[in-house]
This record gives sequence, C-alpha cells and structure tokens, in this order.
Amino acid sequence: MKSEILRLRKLLDENKTTGEELFKQAIAKNDKEINAFVTILDKYMHRGGKTLIDNIPYALKDNISTRGILTTACSNILKDYIPVYDATVYKKLKEAGAVLVGKTSMDELAMGGTGTTGNNGVVRNPWNKKRLIGGSSAGSAASVAMNLVPFSIGSDTGDSIRKPAAYGGIVGFKPTYGRISRYGLFAFASSLDHVGCFTKYVADAAIVTDIIKGYDPHDMTSLKDDDECYFDMLNNSVKGKKLFYFKDICDPKNYEDDDELVEILTKFKETIEKVKSLGIEVEEVEFPKELLLALYPTYMTISCAEATSNNSNLTGIQFGPRGEGTSVEEIMFDARTKGFSELIKRRFILGSYILQKENQEKLFKNAQRVRRLVVSKMEELFEKYDGLIMPSSGSIAPLFEDSSDKLSDKYLILENHLVIGNFGGFPSISIPSGIVNKMPISINITGRAKEDGLVLNLAYKIEEVLDFEKVGE
Amino acid sequence: MRKVVIGLEVHCELKTVTKNFSASKNEYTSIPNIHVTPVDLGLPGILPVVNMEAVKKALKTAMALNCTNPDEVLFDRKNYYYPDLPKGYQITQVTKPMGKNGYLKIVMPDYEKDILIHQLHLEEDTASLDHYPAYSLIDYNRSGIPLIEIVTEPCISNALEAVKFLETLRDVFIYCEVSEADSKKGQMRCDVNISLTDSDKLGTKVEMKNINSFSSVKAAIEYEIKRQNEVLDKGEKVIQETRRFDEETMKTYSMREKVDAVDYKYFIEPNMPPVKLTKEFLDDIRKEIPRLQYERYHQYTNEYELSEYDSNVLVKDKDIADYFEELISYDIKPKEACSWVTTVILGSLNKLNTDLEGLFITSKMLSEVIKLTLDNKISVGNAKKVLYRAMDEKVDPIEIIEKEHLRQIDDESVLVKLVNEALDEHEDIVLQFKEGKEYVTNYFVGQVMKKTKGQASPVKTLEIIKEEIKKR
Repeated sequence: MKSEILRLRKLLDENKTTGEELFKQAIAKNDKEINAFVTILDKYMHRGGKTLIDNIPYALKDNISTRGILTTACSNILKDYIPVYDATVYKKLKEAGAVLVGKTSMDELAMGGTGTTGNNGVVRNPWNKKRLIGGSSAGSAASVAMNLVPFSIGSDTGDSIRKPAAYGGIVGFKPTYGRISRYGLFAFASSLDHVGCFTKYVADAAIVTDIIKGYDPHDMTSLKDDDECYFDMLNNSVKGKKLFYFKDICDPKNYEDDDELVEILTKFKETIEKVKSLGIEVEEVEFPKELLLALYPTYMTISCAEATSNNSNLTGIQFGPRGEGTSVEEIMFDARTKGFSELIKRRFILGSYILQKENQEKLFKNAQRVRRLVVSKMEELFEKYDGLIMPSSGSIAPLFEDSSDKLSDKYLILENHLVIGNFGGFPSISIPSGIVNKMPISINITGRAKEDGLVLNLAYKIEEVLDFEKVGE
Repeated sequence: MRKVVIGLEVHCELKTVTKNFSASKNEYTSIPNIHVTPVDLGLPGILPVVNMEAVKKALKTAMALNCTNPDEVLFDRKNYYYPDLPKGYQITQVTKPMGKNGYLKIVMPDYEKDILIHQLHLEEDTASLDHYPAYSLIDYNRSGIPLIEIVTEPCISNALEAVKFLETLRDVFIYCEVSEADSKKGQMRCDVNISLTDSDKLGTKVEMKNINSFSSVKAAIEYEIKRQNEVLDKGEKVIQETRRFDEETMKTYSMREKVDAVDYKYFIEPNMPPVKLTKEFLDDIRKEIPRLQYERYHQYTNEYELSEYDSNVLVKDKDIADYFEELISYDIKPKEACSWVTTVILGSLNKLNTDLEGLFITSKMLSEVIKLTLDNKISVGNAKKVLYRAMDEKVDPIEIIEKEHLRQIDDESVLVKLVNEALDEHEDIVLQFKEGKEYVTNYFVGQVMKKTKGQASPVKTLEIIKEEIKKR
C-alpha cells in the first residue's frame, strides 16, 4: 500500500527515527523561496497518542485557531493575533500525537484561488517556481508537494484544497460538510466552508480523515459519527460502481485552439479507460449548461455575502491592530481600511451590496435558488451514479504572469466545477493523474453526501491503476 | 383631543443556566468579564450552539401570550457595527420568530383590554459599555445572554395602559418562571413608540429607547404626549426621531433623526441548521404553563367569593397562589385558606424576609393544623403559636402539638373526672354557687385548665361544670 504516513510509521516503530528527528528534518527541508509558511515552530511539541499518526509531522493552514501560536490568516488585520483556544481539528491531531511543524501561507482570509494574495507574499509551486500552486490553501499544498510533511490541513470553500492539490501533484480531500468540525476555522462562507487534508497518497487521506472526523458539540452543523474506518474501506471492491462526467465540457473537440487543454482532456479520456479497467462503469451525462455557467457567479454571490458578515468581528476593537480616530466609527473604519487588501475590500463591498434589502431577493436569494437547483440535479444523478469524475482543472498550474479569460466556458466551468462539492457538501477528492508540459494534472471524484468512505475507496483504486509516480518520472 | 397611539418593544433576559449560544454562565454579577468564552468575544473561528432551555422558555412565553409558534427553530443575523457587538452581527429572529399574533389581557379599573402582540423573538444580548471621559470599557458578561423581545401592535392608548401592560407582562414572565424580570438588574427594558393624531391615519412616530423602570415609562409617555401636543398646537410637525428619556429631569431629548430605517442586511444564520418543532415537543412545553394571574383572580373573586383585595394579594406571587390552591386541594374552604395564608404565611414571609421554601411550613402541614382548629382540637391562638415555633425550629407543627400535648382535651369522661376533682377541692366555692353566685363556674374552668396545662377545651369544660355543680 502506498502511504507516506505508514512509511514513516514503520521507521518510527522500528526505532530508526524519532518524532523529534522527523520534525527537524521537515524544517530542514523547507525551501524558503516557496514561502509555504507563515510560522515555523521552534520547538518539537508532542503529546503521545497510540495512533497511526503519532509523532508524524504535519502543517496547518494559518486560518485554524491554535492556542498560543500566531494565526494570521495572512491578513494585516490579524498580523499579531494569538488565539486563546484550539480549533477542534487541531485538538484532535494533538491528541492523536501528530507533531505540528508550522502554520501555512494562504490567500488572505482564504479568499482567492491563487496563493498570491496573502500579506506575506506569493506561494510558489515546488514543481516550477515560476508557477503558482493555487489557493487558498497554498502553503498547505506546497508543504506536502515539496515532501516536507506527509500531510497537511487546509480549508476548502470553493476548491481551496482540491485545486492547489491538483496544481501540486498531490491528493486533496474535502469530506462531506459536517464530517469534520469547523470549530476554530476562521469563517469565510459558513455554508460552504470545509476542513480537509492534503496528502501524498489516498491512503494517507483516509488515515488523517479517520482521526479528524466526528461529531463536535461546538459545531451544530457537524454530522453524527458514522463509526466507519475509511482506511479499512480502501480495498473494498469497486467493480460495478458507476461514475459519470459532464459530456460537452470534457470534449477536446470544443477547444481546438488550446493545445494544453486538448492534451489535458485527451489524457482524461485515457484515464477514463483505466478507470473502466477496474470494472467501474463510466458514462457521459448532459448537465444543463446554464447551471454550469452559473456556478461561478452563484459561488461568488453566496460566499461574498457570508464573508462580509463573518468578518465583521475584525474591527480592531476586541483584538488586532487598533485603528485611529476620535469616534468608535472612525476607529473601526481606520482599522478595516488598513487591515484588508483591496481584493478583500472588493469582496466585502460586493457582499454588502448583495445583502442590501433591495438586492437580496434578486442576488442573494436567487443565488441560493441556483445552488439548490445544482444540488438537486446532482442528487438526481447520484441516484444512478456513485460519483462524478472530472478533470480537477482545465489547465496546469498557471505562470504568475498568466491571466485567464474569466468569461470563457473553460474558465467558468472547467475551472470552477469543483464548487459543486461545496454547494452540496459532497465528499470530493482530487488525485494526480498525469503530466502535461512537465506539470501535474489531476482528476476529481465527487460522491454522495456522507459516503466519504466510498469516495476514498474509489480514489484509492483509481490511484493504483493511474500509477502517477511512474508517469511523473 | 388628539388620539394617542403607543406601541411597546419589551426586552427581557431569560433565566437559564448558560448563555444563548455559548457555555458561559448566565448569571448576574458585578465583577466584569468573568462569564466569558471565545464565543461571547466573537473571536475568529467560533460557532454558536443554541441553548434549548432558552428556546423552550421563549416558546413557553409565546404560548402564554397566546401567540402562534413556528414549525422550526431558525435564527437570522442582524448585521451592524458597534463596540458592544463583538461578532459584528447579532443572532436574532426575523424569518420565524418564536411567537406571532398573540395578545395579553390587561385589567384596568373600569375596563379590560387585549393588548395585541405583533411578535416575540429570541435573540442574544450585547456586551455592556461603561463610558468614562477619556475612554470606555466593555463588559462581556452580558454578551450572549438570551433575550426575548416582545413587540406590541400600536394599540396602547395612554401611559396607564402601557404601565399596566408592562406589569401584567412581568407577572407572566415570573409566573412562567422564564425570567426574574428585575428591571433594577436591567433584565427588563422597554422601547416606547408614540404618535399623536386627530385623524384615522397614524401620526409621526417618535421612539424612546431603553427605558428601565415602569415609572419612567409612565413619565416618558406623559411628557412626550405633552410635548407633541404643544408642537402640534403651534401648527408645527412632529419630527420622526429617536429620543432619550432622562430620569433626572423627567424630560425627553432628541438623540438622532431617523431619515431612513437602517438596513441590517438580515439573512438566515448558516451555522445553525433549523431544528424542527414537533407537536409533542410543543405540547410538553404547553403543559408547563401555569394558570396565569388573570384566570386565578377571576376564580378567586367569582367562584371563591374572596374580596378583590384578598384575591389580588393571593395572585400577586405565583408561589403564594399555588400554596393557597394546594390548601383548597386538602379540603380547606377557600375563605379559611385565604385567611391563614394572608395572615400567618404572608406575615411570616415579610417578617422573616424569606420565601415559601425558607418558611418550612408546607401547605400539607398547614392544612392539618387548620383542620385541628376547625375540629376544636386546638385553639386558634395555640395553633398560631405552634406554627411560628415550627418555622423557627423547622419541625412539623403536628409533632410539636403531640409532643407538647397541645391537643385540646374534650373527652367527656376525662373532663368529668377533672371537674369533680376541682369541685371536691373547693367545696367553699361550690357553696357560693349554691348561694346564687353563678359566675364562680369560671373559677372552676380556671382550675381545670391548670390541671391540664391549658389543654382542656374551655367550651366543653364549662358545659360539664354547669352539669356537675348542680349535682352537689
């Protein structure tokens, strides 16, 4: 079984290394040019736990509350913020004996998909430093992609785990909404936010998820325990399972002037053949194009609206840099003016506009209706199929200077369909599937809500036949 | 005479163990910032968890106010920036309030009136601010305390009705045990909307915010009626604005003009999935609603034929009314029960400055003592003495009666024997009787009392003396 965690587990169990040694090795491997970290811990901290991840080093996105450890969400308004409480996911990892190496760079307040908007600079792709790794969980992706840690924790509101995983040639898994507690995750858009993980292999994602999942009395949206061990389900037979993909949007013929995309989609077809070799049925399905085109605007509408409200606690009154002024209004105004970048302010203004009484019906509530339409269409398809299989992205990791046409089908659909997993809270995993232009490409599998075990099982079996590492060489 | 139209918005803090959305204690204290968790501070990453005790109490109050309840518990966010609101939004209810379209009956000296309730919703209180010349301090103890807001329709016609409504409402809170409703602790606060008109259309509305005491509500309304009348008399227009009532000068002062209503950008709180309210759940809450004052008062005056004064005294406090009704359930006649409760029980509560529990005498105990007096087994005087002693020593009064042999002796054979003993001992006095001095029978009553340490039934003893003395 391919598993980075199990490889290290064996070394630890055979006393060939120690947790502290692994911790030091991880820090030594840090390539500062990549800029994966906001904070690297100066001390090995370990609380024993008899689990598979005991003494295994890992990294945590900088929007997850860690008591006594700086947590900035890469925003100036939180640049000196030291939390007084632990997020549930961090607490679980601590209790399981995992060793925190550092807090990772991200797009400011998790808003953005490039890993270039944080207050500590851009995050680079370990495969090619001229390219970005994507975001918002940029540093968490990079820390695994550069083999610094066998797993890391990120958050995913639109595709913030699965897209950077795709660009970095690693596994990114976002389980069902509520499977992992959000308590302590700095809220971006509460109805879309998920905690998830980056790993080298699917088995590692199952191991980590088994540890961090579970009901949390601090999070009313957390699901009841499913009492399943996803790791044990990895080898279940997948024969007879059914997957589908969106027909037109995956057809290379529609993008003849885009060589890279044609290659990605051609490789996707090859991948489908390999998947079929496992006895999995794969069919193409027509999905209403107007719904697919509406994904991105719907996502922006809902997420900006929720984000505006969720970030209203950042006023410099309770914590954070205190603004200047003669009245409380002026003080808060000044703190927020200085504390957020232009991009963030743009989203807040959008969100505020969307929530205004006169616009709510047309913008916010219509977006929620579109979201429901997409989800019910997916649920309808899930009655027949076990999952959706798609290319995670229509491109390889872009160069920093690249700009994309944000109104093209390619951008609107191929770059944004992962958000379907957030709309419905569906478990969704991206796994590397090949190489194009010396950069990794990836496929995504999204399954029925609460069937996290099956999604990991499918991904594990597909990972075996794809043999990405061999292709990578 | 212009018509006065008043609407009230009443806030009341609910009595619960913990806050509305966090595990902090909901407890009054003068030490700032001790009942605080990350949730109450609005720190990044916190999530609200709804307190079902608060939900139940809000629903219970809504039911007591004859409101209709929603099909599910759902909260909304009210977004605005202020230093006392750490999250930058308040969790409240707009879409599905806990109660809608209810009413509360008030009893005025000459008439009764239903005050219509527009809605009742559950929300969280803000932190409290202490302002000093150069700075302000924030106390988060109050941040997140469950608060219900009750909004009436504009159907109140004068200050007296407003005050009566508030008093009646407070009694509902206390009767339903949802709040202590102590305005001194800021647990009950009131906003007053008032307008004057001489047509069918509503006049321009003036709002007065956060008035703490009922007497201030009365003064504020009276002042505002006078002020608005004067403005209108001069042919000027009343400005739509928010005014502050100053308790020192007893006047209202303009705070800010209300050009357009603030847009609070309400939307459904995404962190709390709606909780379905089943019929069983609601029925269980409804069962806990006690009979309210109005109903009891009518029963006491009509069915029990108690005076209005006594009835008012009894229903004022639910515990007392319950105690009184328990006595009746132990077969004590209402008038008898009323007399014992209003004298011995209420008197002792005042004197000892305690509550019924602290008084030790249960309604069962009292009913047994009352029955002994009715059967002439103990004198009323002795009964009261026994009750006071029982409160003092915290022992069952019946035990005292038995131990101290306070039960009256009315056994004829015992008394005949004792009377004859006394007659034998004082033959000279018997002679006086024979000489026509009939009053000496009283002397023998005294003698028998002496022998029985006061336990002999005086009535019975006298009867027997009169018979026995004639036989001499």
